[in-house]
Amino acid sequence: MVNENRQSRWVGRYFPAKEILRYVRGRGEYIDDVRLPNMWHAADLRSPYAHARVRHVDASEALKLEGVKGVLLGKELPEICEPFPAAGVSNQVKFYSMAVDKVRYMGEPVATVVAKNRYIAEDALDLIHVDYEPLPVVVDQEKALEKGAPILHEALGTNLINHRVLHWGDVDKAFEEADAVVEDRFLFHSYSGIPVENFGVVARYDPGEDFLTLWSNFVGPFSLYYLMVMALKMPENKIRFIVPRDIGGSFGIKCGIFVDVVRMGLAAKKLGCAVKWIQDRHDHMVGGGRHSGRISYVKMAATKEGIIKGIDETWYEDVGAYMRAPEPACMYRPFGNYVGGYTFRNHRVDAHAVAVNKLETSPYRGYGCHLVYFNHERILDMLSRKLEIDPVEIRLRNLIDHDQFPYETPSGAIYDSGDYKACLKKAVELFGYEKMREMQKKAKAEGRYVGIGVAVGVDPSVSNMAYITVAFTPEERAQAGYLPKSGGGETAFVKVDPSGTITVSMGTCQSGQSHETTIAQVVADEFGVSPDKVTVIDQMDTATHPFCISTGSYSSRFASVGTSAAVLAARKVKDKMIRIAAHVLEASLEDIVVADGKFFVKGAPEVSLTMKRVAGTAHWNPGTLPSGTDVGLSAQETFNLESAKAISKDDRVNSSNTYGFMVDMAAVEVDPETGKVDILKYATVHDVGTVLNPKFLEGQIYGSIAQSIGGVFYEDYKYDENGQMVAASLADYLCPTAKEVPKKLEIGHVETPSPITVLGSKGGAESSNEVCPAALANAVEDALIPLNVTIRELPLTPEKVLTLIREAQASRESIS
Amino acid sequence: MIGQRAIKLYVNGDMVEATVEPRKLLSDFLRDDVGLSGVHIGCEHGHCGACTVLVNGELVRSCLTLAVQVDGCHIVTIEGLAKDGKLHPVQESFYENYGAQCGFCTPGQVLTSYALLKENPNPTEEEIREAISGHLCRCTGYYSIVESVKAAAEKMREQNL
Amino acid sequence: MKPAPFEYLDPRTKEEVFQLLDELGEDAKLLAGGQSLLPIMNFRLARPSHLIDINRIPGLDYIREENGHMAIGAMTRERAIEISGVIKEKIPILSEAARHIAFLPIRNKGTIGGSIAHADPSAELCLMIKLLGAQIRVESSQGSRWMDADDFFQTYLTTVLEPNEMITEIQIPIPPKETVYSFNTFSRRHGDFAIVSVAILLQMGRDGLCEKAKIALGSVNPTPIRAHGAEDLLVGRKMSGKLMDEVSILTEEACDPDSDIHASAENKREMVRVFTGRGLREAFKRYEESRR
Repeated sequence: MVNENRQSRWVGRYFPAKEILRYVRGRGEYIDDVRLPNMWHAADLRSPYAHARVRHVDASEALKLEGVKGVLLGKELPEICEPFPAAGVSNQVKFYSMAVDKVRYMGEPVATVVAKNRYIAEDALDLIHVDYEPLPVVVDQEKALEKGAPILHEALGTNLINHRVLHWGDVDKAFEEADAVVEDRFLFHSYSGIPVENFGVVARYDPGEDFLTLWSNFVGPFSLYYLMVMALKMPENKIRFIVPRDIGGSFGIKCGIFVDVVRMGLAAKKLGCAVKWIQDRHDHMVGGGRHSGRISYVKMAATKEGIIKGIDETWYEDVGAYMRAPEPACMYRPFGNYVGGYTFRNHRVDAHAVAVNKLETSPYRGYGCHLVYFNHERILDMLSRKLEIDPVEIRLRNLIDHDQFPYETPSGAIYDSGDYKACLKKAVELFGYEKMREMQKKAKAEGRYVGIGVAVGVDPSVSNMAYITVAFTPEERAQAGYLPKSGGGETAFVKVDPSGTITVSMGTCQSGQSHETTIAQVVADEFGVSPDKVTVIDQMDTATHPFCISTGSYSSRFASVGTSAAVLAARKVKDKMIRIAAHVLEASLEDIVVADGKFFVKGAPEVSLTMKRVAGTAHWNPGTLPSGTDVGLSAQETFNLESAKAISKDDRVNSSNTYGFMVDMAAVEVDPETGKVDILKYATVHDVGTVLNPKFLEGQIYGSIAQSIGGVFYEDYKYDENGQMVAASLADYLCPTAKEVPKKLEIGHVETPSPITVLGSKGGAESSNEVCPAALANAVEDALIPLNVTIRELPLTPEKVLTLIREAQASRESIS
Repeated sequence: MIGQRAIKLYVNGDMVEATVEPRKLLSDFLRDDVGLSGVHIGCEHGHCGACTVLVNGELVRSCLTLAVQVDGCHIVTIEGLAKDGKLHPVQESFYENYGAQCGFCTPGQVLTSYALLKENPNPTEEEIREAISGHLCRCTGYYSIVESVKAAAEKMREQNL
Repeated sequence: MKPAPFEYLDPRTKEEVFQLLDELGEDAKLLAGGQSLLPIMNFRLARPSHLIDINRIPGLDYIREENGHMAIGAMTRERAIEISGVIKEKIPILSEAARHIAFLPIRNKGTIGGSIAHADPSAELCLMIKLLGAQIRVESSQGSRWMDADDFFQTYLTTVLEPNEMITEIQIPIPPKETVYSFNTFSRRHGDFAIVSVAILLQMGRDGLCEKAKIALGSVNPTPIRAHGAEDLLVGRKMSGKLMDEVSILTEEACDPDSDIHASAENKREMVRVFTGRGLREAFKRYEESRR
């Protein structure tokens, strides 16, 4: 078909985000802007204890307060709903949207009040009396596995909530044969997306029809929607779930809202009205979601030339008090790309997910990858130091070559395309690596502490649902009743209206990625019109919008599968229009050219039909069309990748579908008196396949680096030993402001288009989040080599850096 | 029972009369009673900046102001910046320079930039960063916002605004 | 995160305020800028039964230079102090400190009277009051009294103010013209509460010897304090790196900080030393530049 006749190509160009035209007018449509008749407002009573038995809850006084509609208590839940299922978790762990008889983290909801407004709802919370019996608390994931540790789920008898030993190749042999072995223990702390907009839900129950309509700023995956349906114990078609047009940031963490959606659905059902629940910031900090933290023991075997032969690592993952789906995927999302961009084939991962008395964890930008790459990129720097090989050089020696693609990793990923060495070389150039090394030498001579860090990583996008089942052992997967999973599709709907305008409907739930404009660009290219002429609605409505299980805005999937689905749907409509045009113009199909929103006959530019004319014919006068042509102009397409297969018996799975690559380089200076770190220079090179809109991509890269700077130096989801969340406000959980990020970031691109997506595009929104922490940690360590400092943990607060300097000096003195 | 109070004020040039409970925050009043959903609430303790509005020409956190306190005041919210349907140059610049991603912090960022440029038509990058430092943005890393403000300054100087 | 209910009163004269304070006692809170009070009310950590809004009382918002001091009305906004030409000229350290208070919208509303009545030891203006030896005018139905800054702060978030009293004016002595200064604050992020802050005033003699020194420390004690021992060591001495280091070490002894999630007590003490050292050098540099 005639697809290559584009007069103007919008793909690859900056086109301003149309969404901003409403944002700058204050006309965004967010969850808090959903207003319904007979709508009441909810607030949660949250546990002040990290671990306690709930002996008794008395809400009688609250119910008497004027303006209170009703109260939902946690203890009612086993009667009215089902617990949430989660992969790889024993069914001894009952996870509901509220505490039933025991609270397991500070902030766990115990009761929900529904009242005339949020003010009164909060007044009522003060009137609910809960009799708690405090229990011993454990917040450290290693201590939680010690004998005698407080047990969170007695029925399970252990805090080890998921455990897998994964082994590819022969790790023991690799270590036997190694010239060099480096090992260390690393601690990656918990931090999170902290969107400026908190979670929100509106739930409306119609008792007459037994119908529940739910609104929430949920971003998908819609696989989690099925957990809501299951928990609510209602037929799927008696629930309608709507996502507002705009979401005020998510960074993955809004996947976790499904728990709250169920609680509010239950409240609305119990009280027979509409209930609105908008988290306040305190609710969000103690009850929203956070990425897991990890303690790792990492060992690397290598040849004396610095070629990695194997990695052996043990992880203790802090997943909070319950396993909130899709956890324990924090350990398994990077499954296929565990080896990153490197060629080693021997790898063992001993993965423990541990329940502790903290808030549950949820996906957050980079999901699992930043923890893996932190381990690998840190340990590789230790190797490079040991072998006295430059950190860039040692990486070049280990990276997969461009002629090895498609490359299959030991754990089953099929890297679709890439040129990793070219990316690293480009970064070296962009950063001015040699010059910066010179500068570092000079600074050292002046007594300054300047360091350079590099980190690389493969950026997986478009999760294959199959990876969730890694949580089950092969034996469990062999049992009857296990149902394999796979897929990573996305659905789009395109219509050409009777007057010839184009409307696209997506369900990808944008939360700051400018989906509407991106889709307008790619669809505009198909018809040769301006993106201005394409209206895009990117808003889920499960009752009316086509979608698939994997739909949603997560795992950087929009740029690959979202745009692919839209282009395919557009082409389907366009092909029909070509058929109509050929018929009307009495030309052969092959001779019809689409350009400038018109249908031409090849070689006869004076003969053409406008979009309007063709559309008019299809809608108003279908009787003239060849028989068999259906009325109207619309198409729905689901784009799924064949590469998204179920897991194999030997634990290999292509856990994502498209794989990008990034290199981050940082130069920092440490103030040895205060421990404060200044970022002197930062460069990053990305391969996201075909770049769709360079400015949108840059926006994602800027944002991911800013968040990582937050994670490395400022942000800490910190609990004290009593399980109290001690950073429960934005005064204590420190997100970087405009003054904390470097004034300039250098961004470079290498484009190796994906052979498996329609436009060759891959994801790019998580990218630097995955390697920036390692790059910065490597840079800080590099700066402090003269002081003998090793970086084993984050965040690198000024005091922590000072302490590390002190300790290193003390141990050096004690040696000498 | 706590007494309600009658207030009268001007919001984006329109007179508003209402009876409010003293504890009602200005942010809630503007959203719920006046219907201006461009006032966004992100923290209610003064740190995120999303709820910032202009009260008598000055930037104010509406979550740290009571509605009863603005009796008689003139308030401008993000909805009041465009005149006769035409965007203010600050708004235009945010659009042209990709100064917003999710859009949630945008109303506060735009109003602060507007106030900054009114007072200082030719700010340095440092001054821009200082001004917007009271607004958390988790999407942009602030780069495109700084660029937008710079572009707006230039635009306003050209237009003698 | 909404405040608990309260009665709102907005008197138009000081006398009405005093009468209300007499009637209502400790259950009432004065509402000045509200930038510290309203957040803690939103968290329901404060639940006053009555809020007396003093924003509509005329005559409490002014900056006047008179008889060698700066008279500042209690309801003067922090932003006004930051940008006041006369303060920039006569007490530049005060405008610099004001610039460090949180963010612009907070400074637009926050007042000097409110800040010192709140008595947060990390507050910039509390530190300035202490450093500059301000006099605080306090009024009630019983009349008015002047209080010395040294006697004003009792402990963390506590002053000697009686429940029926209100601050109406702050008088700040204008330092001699030749005074040089430095203001340093160490915080995790821009605009955050200081982990430590160090404010220094030096008066250098013609002979290059230090005639007078004032060093005030914020965030490291329940109230802002002066490091008298360190100040004494400077007086009559010629400035040198060695002396400045010795003085810095002495400031550590003046501190008795608490640990919090952003820094331990030991770290705060250490940072006081570091920033005193840096602050002395900065102030001394200003002196040397002024002689050129």
